[in-house]
Amino acid sequence: MKQRYKFTWLLIMLLGLFVHSQAQQNQQCLKCHGQVFYQYDNEWTGQVDKRPMNPFYHIDSVKMHTSVHKEFSCTDCHSPDYETFPHSGELRMEEKYACIDCHGGDENFAKYNFEGIEEAFMESVHFKANDEKFNCWMCHDPHGYQLALRSQESIKDVVSLSNQMCLDCHDNKFKYGLISDEMPKDLMETHAWLPNQANHFTKVRCVDCHTQVQSDILVSHKILAKEEALRNCVQCHSTNSVLMESLYSHKVRESREESGFINAAILNEGYMIGANRNVVLNYVSVILFGLLIIGLLIHLILRFTILKKK
Amino acid sequence: MSEKLFLYPTWLRVWHAINAVFFLVLLLTGISMQYSNPNWVLVPFDIAVASHNISGVVILIAYFFYLFFFITTGNKRHYKIEFKGLMGRVITQVRYYVFGVFKKEEAPFPTSWNMKFNPLQQLTYVLVMFVLYPILIATGVALLFPELIIDNFFGIGGTLLTALLHASAGFLTSMFLIIHLYFATMGATFFANFKSIINGYHEVH
Ligand code: HEC
Ligand code: HEC
Ligand code: HEC
Ligand code: HEC
Ligand code: HEC
Ligand code: HEC
Ligand code: HEC
Ligand code: HEM
Repeated sequence: MKQRYKFTWLLIMLLGLFVHSQAQQNQQCLKCHGQVFYQYDNEWTGQVDKRPMNPFYHIDSVKMHTSVHKEFSCTDCHSPDYETFPHSGELRMEEKYACIDCHGGDENFAKYNFEGIEEAFMESVHFKANDEKFNCWMCHDPHGYQLALRSQESIKDVVSLSNQMCLDCHDNKFKYGLISDEMPKDLMETHAWLPNQANHFTKVRCVDCHTQVQSDILVSHKILAKEEALRNCVQCHSTNSVLMESLYSHKVRESREESGFINAAILNEGYMIGANRNVVLNYVSVILFGLLIIGLLIHLILRFTILKKK
Repeated sequence: MSEKLFLYPTWLRVWHAINAVFFLVLLLTGISMQYSNPNWVLVPFDIAVASHNISGVVILIAYFFYLFFFITTGNKRHYKIEFKGLMGRVITQVRYYVFGVFKKEEAPFPTSWNMKFNPLQQLTYVLVMFVLYPILIATGVALLFPELIIDNFFGIGGTLLTALLHASAGFLTSMFLIIHLYFATMGATFFANFKSIINGYHEVH
């Protein structure tokens, strides 16, 4: 028993040491990449130069610490040669890892089905139009991606995290310009047909309309051509809403069926016209309405028969 | 030819016509949204949403129009409920509808210049115009601007509560409409009251 405790302690201390050194190591990079300005000793002039950091090379260390790869050192993914500055010019040719390089065929990550995701992604408009130029990192910020649907409690957070992944590019002409020579179209305009558009964009994910539900992966990655996007309101706004299999698939299981509402999972945070009805109230209203009509009909018939006779 | 009373002034008839038309649109589109279903379309959802919103705003404006004339004209005299002995009068009126009409009895509260409604009419009109309509309109406006609704009301979603209240008030007003339509046929003749609300003159029995 005692032996086990000792071992655990040793592990914890080792882990602490590792995390500590990882943080220290990253600090080495972040002292430049985490700042708006960076400084270095100019060996030629003997002075300390202060320069602005390219905002695209700026890394948000807070975001990095909430990301799925928070345990990583910069140099786990980047060459250790980056430790020297100025960085060697050749380093920019360095090939980056793909998700599948680390996650492919790994038992620990089987539940995500990375292979299935990659397959779906290869059929997406993005990959079809741009091939390798468009890769997983385009959406998954290597220095900030955090799981949304699988781990976030509130639908609002899930939606905002997921949509930001698309908006970072579709709403940012600089990033969009890396892929395309055209300007990104204004999403407000291309989605003007959607009423309360701003509200929809905070309550529903881009992928809920731009992909079809896939049973083998949690979030479908096959972004469809715009012609195939979901436009029919009733696909969401009805009792058999597609959202129950996508955005709400996680919540459905824990939903409070006994509440008497259809699709009760939605009600934790919102209310969706057409998809949330109260079963009891529906019955009561139909019955009351029926009784009223029957009553009035009888009265009408009596009026005609009795009064006509008189 | 029976005697005629001018009981429905022009503003009232204008309000009533607009109100009736747009209320029917609201009813139809409201039911269509509540029971929306991909296989069974009463009104296409986006059209239903748009027309429900527009009609709602029209009804809101019309309601203020009604309130304005309600305050400034003498029509309000018909809406002043005399609480003393109200119960008895209501029972008398109900008894009349259930038995009296069939015995060709005289109406217990005939329409007059000073009181065009019978107690039952008066009660329902006041209830609809000053309880249900304000609820319907207030909740409707809130649903139009959902960001104004508080998120959580004692553990129940604010939007849910608002929507439930809206649908329930809508349902009750629809029940009123059915009753209203039916009892409108009990005038001097089957269609007499419908003529009145169009031309303004009430035919006395
Ligand atoms: C003294 C400041 C400084 C330090 C320390 C620093 N960098 Fe940089 N880094 C820069 C600047 C400036 C650039 C952009 C100009 C360039 O490429 O030299 C850059 C560019 C990069 C790039 C992009 C190269 C490209 O063109 O694609 C990567 C990746 C990078 N750094 C990683 C690192 C890593 C990892 C570390 C830590 C091990 C690190 N840097 C430490 C200043 C620094
Ligand atoms: C999980 C792997 C991973 C880790 C950890 C990581 N990076 Fe990166 N980094 C990448 C990839 C992949 C790219 C290329 C992204 C792309 O192609 O858009 C990249 C790009 C960059 C760039 C170039 C800017 C850009 O967006 O293209 C800089 C600078 C950079 N990383 C710095 C860092 C620093 C500093 C750290 C540590 C704090 C770090 N990286 C940790 C994978 C990683
Ligand atoms: C250099 C290898 C490497 C690359 C590249 C990489 N990952 Fe990871 N990833 C890991 C490791 C190792 C973990 C486990 C980290 C931990 O548990 O702290 C992880 C964790 C994750 C997790 C969380 C798993 C869990 O159950 O907690 C997700 C999700 C994830 N990665 C997605 C991605 C995606 C998406 C990409 C590509 C955009 C990617 N990873 C690229 C190595 C990598
Ligand atoms: C067009 C943008 C886009 C691209 C490209 C993309 N993803 Fe995603 N990915 C998303 C979005 C949006 C989510 C949903 C976020 C969430 O719920 O965590 C997601 C979620 C995931 C998840 C978490 C799913 C789960 O089960 O929790 C994994 C793993 C993943 N992506 C892997 C990949 C891999 C591997 C690639 C490249 C083959 C890739 N992604 C490319 C947008 C993208
Ligand atoms: C309610 C469903 C829905 C949601 C939510 C939605 N879209 Fe769309 N989107 C569509 C439809 C339908 C079209 C096709 C519009 C057309 O062809 O007129 C479209 C078109 C587009 C286009 C192509 C525009 C063009 O004309 O080239 C882009 C890009 C796009 N959406 C991105 C997004 C992004 C990013 C988000 C999330 C912030 C999003 N969409 C959310 C349904 C949706
Ligand atoms: C890094 C930039 C980038 C990101 C991130 C990105 N897109 Fe795109 N997207 C593009 C570009 C560029 C195009 C134009 C077509 C092309 O060249 O791929 C495009 C096209 C589209 C289209 C229109 C396809 C058509 O038929 O015209 C849709 C829909 C779309 N994206 C949806 C999304 C969604 C949903 C996400 C998030 C899950 C997303 N995009 C993330 C860059 C991006
Ligand atoms: C991808 C699913 C989806 C589609 C498609 C969709 N909606 Fe919605 N809609 C939602 C969700 C989710 C909400 C927000 C529910 C909440 O407040 O929690 C919503 C809310 C609304 C609201 C209430 C607005 C508000 O601000 O309270 C209206 C009205 C509406 N939608 C109309 C439409 C119309 C019309 C269409 C078709 C043109 C449509 N929706 C298509 C998912 C969808
Ligand atoms: C198709 C629809 C409708 C028809 C045919 C109709 C018909 C009539 C008729 C015939 C009258 C006069 C008889 C009477 O005073 O009882 C009347 C009055 C009235 N109706 Fe309607 N009605 C309709 C819809 C509505 C609706 C939707 C409301 C409100 C919710 C409403 C509210 C009233 C009120 C308040 C009066 C009394 C007005 C007054 O004299 O001050 N009606 N209606």
